[in-house]
Amino acid sequence: MASTKIHAIYTDDDILMQAVKDTRAKHYHIEEVFTPFPVHGLDKAMGLPHTRLAVTSFLYGLVGLSVAILMMNFIMIEDWPQNIGGKPSFSFLENLPAFIPIMFELTVFFAAHLMVITFYLRSRLWPFKKAENPDVRTTDDLFLMEVLVENNNIEEMAQFFKNTGALEVNLINK
Amino acid sequence: MYTLSGKLKITAIIFMILGAIGLVYAFATAPTSIEEVKEILAAQEHHGNHEMAAGEHAVAHGDASHDDEHAEHVLHQLQNKPWAALYVGAFFFFMIALGALAFYAIQYAAQAGWSPVLFRVMEAITAYLLPGSIIVFILLALSGVHLNHLFIWMDPDVVATDEIIQNKSSYLNVPFFLIRAAIYIIGWNVFRYFLRKNSLKQDEANDNSYYRKNFKLSAAFLVFFIVTESMMSWDWIMSLDPHWFSTLFGWYVFSSLFVSAITVIALVTIYLKSRGYLPYVNDSHIHDLGKFMFGISIFWTYLWFSQFMLIWYSNIPEEVVYYVTRIEKYNLVFFGMVAINFLFPLLVLMNSEYKRINWFVVMTGVMILVGHYLDIYTMVMPATVGESWFIGVPEISAVLFFGGLFTFVVFNALTKAPLLAKRNPYIKESEHFHY
Repeated sequence: MASTKIHAIYTDDDILMQAVKDTRAKHYHIEEVFTPFPVHGLDKAMGLPHTRLAVTSFLYGLVGLSVAILMMNFIMIEDWPQNIGGKPSFSFLENLPAFIPIMFELTVFFAAHLMVITFYLRSRLWPFKKAENPDVRTTDDLFLMEVLVENNNIEEMAQFFKNTGALEVNLINK
Repeated sequence: MYTLSGKLKITAIIFMILGAIGLVYAFATAPTSIEEVKEILAAQEHHGNHEMAAGEHAVAHGDASHDDEHAEHVLHQLQNKPWAALYVGAFFFFMIALGALAFYAIQYAAQAGWSPVLFRVMEAITAYLLPGSIIVFILLALSGVHLNHLFIWMDPDVVATDEIIQNKSSYLNVPFFLIRAAIYIIGWNVFRYFLRKNSLKQDEANDNSYYRKNFKLSAAFLVFFIVTESMMSWDWIMSLDPHWFSTLFGWYVFSSLFVSAITVIALVTIYLKSRGYLPYVNDSHIHDLGKFMFGISIFWTYLWFSQFMLIWYSNIPEEVVYYVTRIEKYNLVFFGMVAINFLFPLLVLMNSEYKRINWFVVMTGVMILVGHYLDIYTMVMPATVGESWFIGVPEISAVLFFGGLFTFVVFNALTKAPLLAKRNPYIKESEHFHY
């Protein structure tokens, strides 16, 4: 389905933030905002729901912790108990302090890596993927807000975005 | 301007009076002779757990001279008990003031933009540094003149038969010990005095010159602080076990005092806000303090575990004895305080939203303070009272007394200056701080 969009381009993140707030107040539909760097508070200004990535990270951490416990128990206690530094490995609990660094590391390892992989999957990113941003200048020094025209007056919208301090306002027909 | 409410003042004074009465009682009832101790021990054997009594029997009744020796040992421990309780309480509240000063200096040195609205709260907490450090110094001086036996290396009879302490006596001797303590205390208080003075002058200034002075002063203080804090922890706590040493002990004590101080800053801020002061402090400021409480609690655990694991693994007798005493005689408090100081902040403050909810922060804060009191307790007590410990009248009285004094001094200091450091160059940023 063909949709008409307006690309409003800004030069400063503070002006962009204000423009995003004004646009939302006008009830225009913001499709996406492209920025050269993460802008603090932009997600809240755009009204995006809170990320649930932290919850997945916590769960992955628990998985990592469990893997570490089971792994150390199997390797050091069940499969091949050894006497290391006068501490025979016949009991998991008595050797627990030695396993804590591994438990900690694997918790962090699982939480971090699986969280990044989840993030990639959720954002539909993979190696060699073609970039989706509509204007290459957003990777340099410009901020781009993509707004759906829907049933609004295009002239009125263009004037509105000029007033919010946009450097350029482009109409995109796809 | 903040005015000290009558209710708070009376509460603080009642705490101090109750604490003082309790301390007098504790000192008055401490046993003075071996006969009294024998009576106490006999009473304990009657009332106490049967199994334990049987065990004690076997040890204590080897022969009559051993019995006397044991009673004398317990006598020293029980005589030490009120002193040690007083010392733990005095040190605990003193270290909160010192940690608040370090946190305050870090805000200046880092040119932090979020925190200037909290500066007056931090300054007020550091007001306790002067009385608190003087009290600790007096207690150390009293140990130095042999009024108590907290520091066994101060006892010439012990040193005469102890080669390890003899080797350390060029560092561990009473005059040098007190000179060092005086240097730390004077240094911290001088820095505190000028930081506060410049901060007040900045309110009325036309330029940022006092702010810049404080920036330089804070940077200098932090260098002075981390060296003296480390040495202070060796002198005032680690030397209680003069044979034992740990190279990260300074950091360990630092993390403890730092997290306690940040917690108190958060608690005082939340209290003032609930009374309608500090209108410009929003939940993002509380959130940031919550993050620090969470982070430094994890840091403390990391240091606790680093110290524990290396000593546990290498299992060298003169090192491992430190943990053997604590695990055998202080099992519940020792591991209990690790659980309180680690698991509680970890589970409660992990969620971002909870750090903005005042009563979550208050609840965790109270637990952190209890946990770090017990942390200092388990650092001091095993070397001073050994197995004769229990948390009774002396300990609670000391906490009440110093807690009351701390509250009184801190809230009295809050009345001395406007609650907003209005001319600080970052104050606008801080007021609008939003996470």
